[in-house]
Amino acid sequence: MAGHSTPVDAKKLWGGGISPFNVSYGKIMMWFFLVSDAFTFSALLISYGYMRHRFEEVWPIAENVFTHFPFMHGDHPLLYVALMTFILIMSSVTMVLAVEAGHRMNKKGVTLWMTLTIVGGLIFVGSQAWEWYHFIHGTELGALQLADGTIAQWLSDAKEGLLLPSGVEVTGAEAAALIQSGTEVYGANLTVNEYGVPLFGDFFFFITGFHGTHVFSGVVLNFIIFVNVLKGTYEKRGHYEMVEKVGLYWHFVDLVWVFVFTFFYLI
Amino acid sequence: MSDYDRTAEYVNHHSEEEGKKMRKTIWVIFWLLLAVTAVEVTLGLIWKDMGLAWTFVKWTFIVLTLVKAYYIVAYYMHLKHEYKNFIYAVALPYIVLVAYLIVMALTEAIYIHNEADMLM
Repeated sequence: MAGHSTPVDAKKLWGGGISPFNVSYGKIMMWFFLVSDAFTFSALLISYGYMRHRFEEVWPIAENVFTHFPFMHGDHPLLYVALMTFILIMSSVTMVLAVEAGHRMNKKGVTLWMTLTIVGGLIFVGSQAWEWYHFIHGTELGALQLADGTIAQWLSDAKEGLLLPSGVEVTGAEAAALIQSGTEVYGANLTVNEYGVPLFGDFFFFITGFHGTHVFSGVVLNFIIFVNVLKGTYEKRGHYEMVEKVGLYWHFVDLVWVFVFTFFYLI
Repeated sequence: MSDYDRTAEYVNHHSEEEGKKMRKTIWVIFWLLLAVTAVEVTLGLIWKDMGLAWTFVKWTFIVLTLVKAYYIVAYYMHLKHEYKNFIYAVALPYIVLVAYLIVMALTEAIYIHNEADMLM
């Protein structure tokens, strides 16, 4: 009845006045934000899968595109991206160790592990920039964009023969005619891609770019919290829950990379 | 220090001994994640030479990825130790939406190729 309220059994029902699920408001909201962010990434990866299926014949194999490794010559497929994955997993571990130290009110521990997490994040963002540079720059040889917009690869450095997207090799006068009507392309951007369909580049830039932006903002958030740790803000507050919250965000970034790694580079 | 959202009431603190145990779990899961990643990379490099079927390799990758995702969410993000209703509140909306998106993609794939192709 209006004006009368019966007390609620707190063990069975949430009666208001406190935060539900025995989790603080901030942490619940961080979780719901991450769920909504996960929707975006899932939609991107599923549409990637769909379009890749649509253009199966002309879709570049990531293994043949990302073969560079710093200070090493030749082809090293998967190696660089495996290293990036390792760095991100490592920084996830240091993050969870910072959270654990926070539970023990160990300021020194939180400081150390958060420093390592930030360093790991910066190395990852740098690695991604390096990979983007190589993808945009392309190979020395480049490729030929035919008059119909598809990409044909050169058979040799002499640039006389072509491997058509259909898998047929052409040489001599036939190749010369195609070269005459086509344009040479190097690297990839949003409209041209020497490795195959431009859509591959679009998805690459969009998905890894969106993820990279998350890593970058994660590093910024971690840094802000790190400064507060140094200032003793959480020592005064009596708990390190802010570290836990940015920790959730940071693990999410790692989680997304696990999926990007599989669907973009492995499959 | 005023704390308007009363965060302090829900904070987890633990002792040195509990911390020791937790750190052990953290490192065990790190080695697990690393091992799974190593398997994925190795498989990605040698599956052609080993003569394995692509369908098999692809599904191995997907299953291993889901295994990694589970351990990150359950242990590093600590979701496993939250209230059951909270786990549902987080996981169910996500699972339902993604299942929907996947079904849509597979259904629409009929119009571009055979839908079954997408699974193989």
